[in-house]
Amino acid sequence: MSTNVLSRQPVMKSWLAENGSLAALVVLAIALSLLSGDFLTVTNLLNVGVQAAVTAILAFGATFVIITGGIDLSVGAVAALSAIVLAWTATGSGLPWPVATVIALVVGLACGLVNAALIAYGKLPPFIATLAMLGVARGLALVVSQGSPIAMPDAVSHLGDTIGGYLPVPVLVMALMGVITAVVLNRTYAGRAMYAIGGNEEAARLSGIKVNRQKLITYALSGAFAAVAGIVLASRLASAQPQAASGYELDAIAAVVIGGASLSGGKGRAFGTLVGALILAVLRNGLNLLSVSAFWQQVVIGVVIALAVLLDTLRRRGST
Amino acid sequence: MSDAREILRVEKLGKRFPGVVALDGVDFSLRAGEVHVLLGENGAGKSTLIKMLSGAYHPDMGRILVDGAPVEIRTASDAQRLGIATIYQEFNLVPQLTVGENLTLGRQPRRFGFIDTKRMHEQARELLERVGIDVDPRTRVSDLGIARMQMVEIAKALALNARVLIMDEPTAVLTTTEVQRLFTIVRQLRDKGVAIVFITHHLEEIAQIGDRVTVLRDGRSVEEVPATTSEEELVRLMVGRPIDQQYPREASSPGEPLLRVAGLTRAGVFSDVSFEVRAGEVVGLAGLVGAGRTEVARAVFGADSYDSGEVLMDGRRLPSGNVHAAMEAGLGLVPEDRKGQGLVLGADVAENLGLVTLRRTSRGGFVDRTGQRKAAGRVATQLGVRMSHLGQEVRTLSGGNQQKIVIGKWLLADARVLILDEPTRGIDVGAKVEIYQLINSLTASGHAVLMISSDLPEILGMSDRVLVMARGRLVGELDAAEATQDSVMALAVTEVEGARVH
Repeated sequence: MSTNVLSRQPVMKSWLAENGSLAALVVLAIALSLLSGDFLTVTNLLNVGVQAAVTAILAFGATFVIITGGIDLSVGAVAALSAIVLAWTATGSGLPWPVATVIALVVGLACGLVNAALIAYGKLPPFIATLAMLGVARGLALVVSQGSPIAMPDAVSHLGDTIGGYLPVPVLVMALMGVITAVVLNRTYAGRAMYAIGGNEEAARLSGIKVNRQKLITYALSGAFAAVAGIVLASRLASAQPQAASGYELDAIAAVVIGGASLSGGKGRAFGTLVGALILAVLRNGLNLLSVSAFWQQVVIGVVIALAVLLDTLRRRGST
Repeated sequence: MSDAREILRVEKLGKRFPGVVALDGVDFSLRAGEVHVLLGENGAGKSTLIKMLSGAYHPDMGRILVDGAPVEIRTASDAQRLGIATIYQEFNLVPQLTVGENLTLGRQPRRFGFIDTKRMHEQARELLERVGIDVDPRTRVSDLGIARMQMVEIAKALALNARVLIMDEPTAVLTTTEVQRLFTIVRQLRDKGVAIVFITHHLEEIAQIGDRVTVLRDGRSVEEVPATTSEEELVRLMVGRPIDQQYPREASSPGEPLLRVAGLTRAGVFSDVSFEVRAGEVVGLAGLVGAGRTEVARAVFGADSYDSGEVLMDGRRLPSGNVHAAMEAGLGLVPEDRKGQGLVLGADVAENLGLVTLRRTSRGGFVDRTGQRKAAGRVATQLGVRMSHLGQEVRTLSGGNQQKIVIGKWLLADARVLILDEPTRGIDVGAKVEIYQLINSLTASGHAVLMISSDLPEILGMSDRVLVMARGRLVGELDAAEATQDSVMALAVTEVEGARVH
């Protein structure tokens, strides 16, 4: 017993059980490359990456929250508000763009902190607190911008460009945020505390974890990630729009769940979330290439979300 | 009695889970009108067996016969159709609904498509009468105490015309009087021809209630013996070796006071509780269920806040309602509700063991996971946790092993005063002794233990001093030498009666 106590489960089997969504992504990609000659080209794949980037960044932030057993419906609205604040302070008020960027990130973070304060200290259900924030942030974005798009400062707009003419910066930002998420979740105290809180909040509290403080960190991270996503999106469009990223919060949640996280908390991984976001982007891209109407696309995506989670549930049930 | 009709028979039943053989050939038979005790250590396969009889698991080998004919029990409704009802430790009642609604759930009498409340309550009243409890069917289940909830569960089983009633440790959460009332009802059911499978860890109950005993060990049925078999013999069969001493307390001379509690009060719950715990001591906290013992323990540990009084560790005052501060000062709590408050069930063994020390082993916010895993491996080996590997989900471990992990996380944190709330509830004899030995080694190294337990022999066998609580007050303190079951019980109830006079 003492010798094999550190050994792990059979590697291959557990890897497949943990990465069912990756297998699904591979199957999807193979199917699409057979169906459409345009799918498996460098240009198209980078295009998919760009399409996935904003959802993925939002979803990374939502992963923290969902692991603690919470939910954040405000990320799309917070993304829009942060981008508006950046454009407005830089273009409108003439602040230097680095200062404006920091202010935008702080706005995202602050929205997250307000969410957390309502949840941790006000004891509001996360669904309600973040639904309220969705309304407030979207409303403030409209108020600040007076309902019209504001041009992004040129320096920041490069975030939407490519490096050397082919490597899109949004994909790099997505990769960077993904690595940050993985490191936070696996290597930091805050990350491990998120799993414990989502797994059993009372047991976490009785083990000395300051649950309320950890929730502040969790939702603040989600807010900050939303700000980054908002800035990337606005850079791609070269202007901040108050109605940008509407409904993206649902894509983000879908990506997290497709990636294997549990809405009841305690489970979820950065890599899974990335795969989830890629599945959504590949699907949209593929359906476009196959000229499926935008109306039917929504139907297909809805079915895929249900199927992904259903398969996951069945597999877990089978393995226990 | 012995020629009574056989209702249920299990032959060579087996069940494997990934990495674990849970059952490896169990034979068992049940006659109408008998109480058949299933005995075995945690992990011996009792739960797996009853889960297969109730349709929660499906066997990999062997067969189940009902009335002599082989049957497949794939779902809970299959079991119901065969007349097999199971009462688990975690009750299957909807706490938000009334007793009447729970008893008729899914089969409520209807009139014009609406629920006929009057008839529903009549049916419920009749069922409640059969188990002999006086509860208004309109009471919400969440307002009932545990003993009454259990009676409602039994009534629910009767409503389904159960011929086989499986009871998984029904006495674990009951007080002595409640146990006697339960036994009366069980005997009545038995005399009416119901066959009862009874699981208990309390050996002294076996002769009182049982007819036959089947002993399970390591997933096999070891032997079937009459219930009159001596306790020593039963223990020997169960663990496969004799246990010399049930309570191996090695008292050490008490040192400096570590924990001092003075005048601790929370309005309506406990008042003016004062005591101290010295290094090297085991202090037992006895009393009836509801006397306020758990509430005091939680307040001392900072899990709940209190209104007045103070808690001091090493002479320094701890803030009220602050677990983190209590922990930093060297306090630890192993809560009563292991699954609900002690463990993250979906996380693995290593993760759970490292929960308390997570902060301490972090540098600049980063966790040393390799170091944590190594430390967890060390403690798991030290505690003899039976698992396949450190990455095993805690959910899949037996109760005794789960409890070792809750205690283990405080060992890693080197808590100097450990509060154990019902540390051996629902744990088999072998694991109990291991936990007692752990308590000994803690106190031998200058740590102290405050132990809450409703098991009087355990309190008397393991404590150096016994504190007795009744109705939220500390009503007495007895030295190990002068404490007897009678003297402790006398203290535990006198105040209650005194209070009723007013």
